[in-house]
Amino acid sequence: MTHTRRLQLKTIPLILICIILGPLGNVLLGKAMKGVGSLNSATISDLVPIAPRVLMSGYIWLGIACLLGFFTVHMLLLTWADYSYVQPASSLSYLSITMLSYLLLGEAISPLRWLGVVVICLGVFVVGRTPPSTTGAPKDA
Amino acid sequence: MREAILFFFIVVAGTAGELCVSRAMKSIGEVHDFSPRSILSFVLQSLRLPWMWLGIALMSLGFFSLLAILSFQEVSFVVPVSALSYAAGAFGAKAFLGERISANRWMGIAFVCLGVTIVWWSRR
Repeated sequence: MTHTRRLQLKTIPLILICIILGPLGNVLLGKAMKGVGSLNSATISDLVPIAPRVLMSGYIWLGIACLLGFFTVHMLLLTWADYSYVQPASSLSYLSITMLSYLLLGEAISPLRWLGVVVICLGVFVVGRTPPSTTGAPKDA
Repeated sequence: MREAILFFFIVVAGTAGELCVSRAMKSIGEVHDFSPRSILSFVLQSLRLPWMWLGIALMSLGFFSLLAILSFQEVSFVVPVSALSYAAGAFGAKAFLGERISANRWMGIAFVCLGVTIVWWSRR
């Protein structure tokens, strides 16, 4: 097996884990926060009774655990894979968050929102296809 | 209105926090040795830097704003809109870290902004 092939074999599964774990964390935070009631018109003093309810929610800790897991796997990936390889691939997480919001939270996703998400993915993909460091070594171009 | 303020904190405070952390990390220098001992000394070293604490404070503000907005807005709306951090990050990195932003990267950022605008239209 070539070196590149071996690297791909461990990189691709970890990217997939990132694409699922990060959005899953956000979905769980959303689920937890919907459970404590809207803060849209809350005042600072309303936050006092709400804060313990947030901290007691299992979903919030599960969400934070997923985000920490995501962060760790992401860091791990970056120890061998190029940032300019990982970042465009993780643009797919905008698609997975939309999918997970629909599947797990029952949010209705309009075609307009799907279109917006696809354009964002495209944008993140293009941002990631640019050199990851421009300050350290002198540019060779 | 409150929504706009929360998005402002998520995007601007979150990104400013990352830039502060990035600045702190760059002042420590590249890590070559990944043994537990040197990682511990790296963490302790970073906690002595004021930039690190400012970064943590700003990122926390961003995180709590995210929690607040998720209490009344859909996840499939909030997370795509917060992709605006790519634009904030580019402006901040240029101004604050002296990074050069290529034409390609600006193009990607323009796409992200367009996508965010479309998602914003889909708001309920």
